Amino acid sequence: MSCGKMESRILAYMDGRLKDSERAEMEKHLAACGVCRVRANEFRSVSDLLGELPMVEPTPAFDVRVRARVAAEPVKQGRWAWMRPSPRIAFAASMLLLAMLWIGYRKETVAPLPISPDEASAGLMQDISVMEDHDTLANFEPLKELPPPVEVTADSADDNDQQM
Amino acid sequence: MTRTDVQLMLDVKGGDEQSFELLLQRYRTPLVNFLFRMVKNREQAEDLAQEVFIRVYRAREEYVPTAKFTTWLFRIATNLALNSLRDHRHQKLEMSIDAPLMADAEDGDERPFEVADKHLTVEQELVEEERKKMIRRAIEKLPEKQRAAVLLHKYQELDYAEIAKILSCSESALKSLLFRAYEMLRVELAPLVARRGLK
Repeated sequence: MSCGKMESRILAYMDGRLKDSERAEMEKHLAACGVCRVRANEFRSVSDLLGELPMVEPTPAFDVRVRARVAAEPVKQGRWAWMRPSPRIAFAASMLLLAMLWIGYRKETVAPLPISPDEASAGLMQDISVMEDHDTLANFEPLKELPPPVEVTADSADDNDQQM
Repeated sequence: MTRTDVQLMLDVKGGDEQSFELLLQRYRTPLVNFLFRMVKNREQAEDLAQEVFIRVYRAREEYVPTAKFTTWLFRIATNLALNSLRDHRHQKLEMSIDAPLMADAEDGDERPFEVADKHLTVEQELVEEERKKMIRRAIEKLPEKQRAAVLLHKYQELDYAEIAKILSCSESALKSLLFRAYEMLRVELAPLVARRGLK
């Protein structure tokens, strides 16, 4: 075994994860190569030193916060969840149906009654007094103060068009 | 009979919230430790560990046991830690001016959890504390991916195939990564290694 190959196996050797044949090959190399033997021993020391570090325990608030966040997670609905019978949807649908029925009923009762031609002309005659009040409006004082309407002749209309 | 992680996760998928609680109890300490050693900040480590658990919970409906549960769990944790380190790189550069102070503050975080040996003198305790600080700093000096590999290998005792999957690399690349990491640690910890050699 070469020193280069040893590099890819040294940690597995330390962990005891090599096959028997690989381990035997490794031990043979270590017995013959002083540099690799020193390195293997030092790697083992490094591994032991790393093992000296104490474990850090999560604070008591950690669990509380995780549980609170899990509880705040929205409940996931399946793809066909909307098919399940829901009292809310049933109530809403029945209310909508009732509302439609009521509106339909109201339209029938409030519909205007048919008016005969005689009745229509009687109504027109009733309003004619208001329509004939032209004289009253013509003599209305505030309206007299307004400037007289400008008469638009064909020439002046052409001038305006050219100016624009 | 103790249920496996995969069984527990499948039960969570089936709507059993108690199984999620069992997973939380099983992995809270390993996860917080791993993340603490990765990001070097206790509070941040707990925040990230929370995020890992929430992501596991959110993914319960789609969970399919194609790999070991720990591979999945630590893959989420590693990705979150690496992203967090990348995001805080600028902050870290600013903080490095005060590095000794910050490191001491972090060291203080661990003290309450260490069991003090009553037979040690004050001087011996100081030496012991200095020794642990040196080990911690040696780990912290490792490049991020090497650090993750060492932590998963040494503290979580995951096998090479699992760690390779977590770090998205081949097994041979992982072995090379670990070898380089141990070489660096060997140099950083040379005084302690030499002392052990003399014993």
